[in-house]
Amino acid sequence: MFHLTYHRPTSVEDAVHFFTNGADAKFLAGGQTLLPTMKQRLAAPSDVIDLRHISALMGIGSTEEQLTIGAAVTHAEVAASQQVKQTLPALAELAAHIGDPHVRHMGTLGGSIANNDPAADYPAAALALAATIHTNSRTIAAEDFFTGLFETDLQEGELITKVDFKIPTKAAYAKFANPASRYAMAGVFVARYADEHVIVAVTGAGSDGVFRHRDMEAALSDDWSVEALTPTSMNESDLLSDIHGSAAYRANLVKVMAQKAMKTMI
Amino acid sequence: MNEISMTVNGETVSHTVEARTLLVTYIRDHLKLTGTHIGCDTSQCGACVINFNGKAVKSCTMLAVQADGAEITTIEGIAAGDQLHPVQAAFKEHHGLQCGFCTPGMIIAAVDMINRYGNTLDEATIRSELEGNICRCTGYQNIVKSIKAAADEMTGSSMSDQSSTSSAS
Ligand SMILES: Cc1cc2nc3c(=O)[nH]c(=O)nc-3n(C[C@H](O)[C@H](O)[C@H](O)COP(=O)(O)OP(=O)(O)OC[C@H]3O[C@@H](n4cnc5c(N)ncnc54)[C@H](O)[C@@H]3O)c2cc1C
Ligand code: FES
Ligand code: FES
Repeated sequence: MFHLTYHRPTSVEDAVHFFTNGADAKFLAGGQTLLPTMKQRLAAPSDVIDLRHISALMGIGSTEEQLTIGAAVTHAEVAASQQVKQTLPALAELAAHIGDPHVRHMGTLGGSIANNDPAADYPAAALALAATIHTNSRTIAAEDFFTGLFETDLQEGELITKVDFKIPTKAAYAKFANPASRYAMAGVFVARYADEHVIVAVTGAGSDGVFRHRDMEAALSDDWSVEALTPTSMNESDLLSDIHGSAAYRANLVKVMAQKAMKTMI
Repeated sequence: MNEISMTVNGETVSHTVEARTLLVTYIRDHLKLTGTHIGCDTSQCGACVINFNGKAVKSCTMLAVQADGAEITTIEGIAAGDQLHPVQAAFKEHHGLQCGFCTPGMIIAAVDMINRYGNTLDEATIRSELEGNICRCTGYQNIVKSIKAAADEMTGSSMSDQSSTSSAS
């Protein structure tokens, strides 16, 4: 790794201040993506700003309509939280299957969505649960937040503070994990709301990262059943094709995961 | 350069390190605690797992400065003098290691999972909890057996007849 300067702010204002003053600063949350990237010299920030000592980024809270999770809350904390298990069990379940226990002890919600890895799990939950992403300067709807592979709508130095997830009447996430990395080869989050509309978000498969599967959404909003998924289809040209699986394989996997998610709810 | 201070295996240590120094480098090269290993550069193998403020983490994926003020336990810190920790004793008893390279990380991970699951730790859970610890020798069978035996002994819920011979509980 290259030379760098370390900062440990205790407030959002100080974190943003350090960022602005750094030549090429980076926020450091759990470090489970940023540090491996720095070790491979794919990133070489001048300054890293540790977010693990800012109490405003911690905490989990809920109302009847939404569950709010601080950006620096770890995957392990989400997985173990009684509040998450009660209000949105599918999200606790999702967090419990990210990577491995050691990664979950450090990795955070904010880091995961800021990174927007095309195979990460949280982006699917954020889209399907119509999340609102709060930053130090504004709020962004999940729909507008994820803009492409490893790309988000975040501006330079903009810090995610917390995320509100809408509470559905039913939700489930099914992921086919890559056997080596545990990242999703295809992960499908299905959420149904009180007015019976359904959102289906897919991660791991899209060549532009996470996306909504409109065809499945229409089918399930119309007929809430596993069978409703049978005639739905995917345009393979929009899917990733790599050493881990072809686009055709992933297209099939997306449907199988959607069916699996549906089976746990019906 | 950064002044850092932390508690490692019950002792306070202080050093001046570069911000880019990884925690695992600090533990091995500055503290000379070489039981913590480095088995990869992709954060996947778990040979470097230590206990950080009560939780198992990968010390290759953390900066030493991030651990300033923390409480850390490495493999060197878990035995009580000459008396092996029950997890160490179970690995010995059940042949949970061959070359031993993965073992420090395996044992710290095992202690962590036993802390979290207590007597509900079953074989399937052990296997999924070992996702972040890779062993190139054993085929995992005896690692799983060792962890199960230690968990049974430590939580006093031994229902199998293969209880560990350790007297360190
Ligand atoms: C072995 C391994 C397996 C993994 N498996 C999975 C998996 O199965 N599924 C999965 O989804 N992920 C997986 N991950 C990734 C893991 O979930 C990371 O924790 C996560 O992607 C990044 O979170 P972090 O807190 O570690 O962020 P960091 O690594 O600290 O940061 C990542 C990026 O986000 C930025 N950032 C962090 N916090 C904020 C914030 N609050 N506001 C703005 N920007 C911010 C940083 O500047 C950096 O650019 C795995 C990682 C490893 C090492
Ligand atoms: S050295 Fe391989 S995970 Fe840390
Ligand atoms: S005993 Fe050799 S790597 Fe596990």
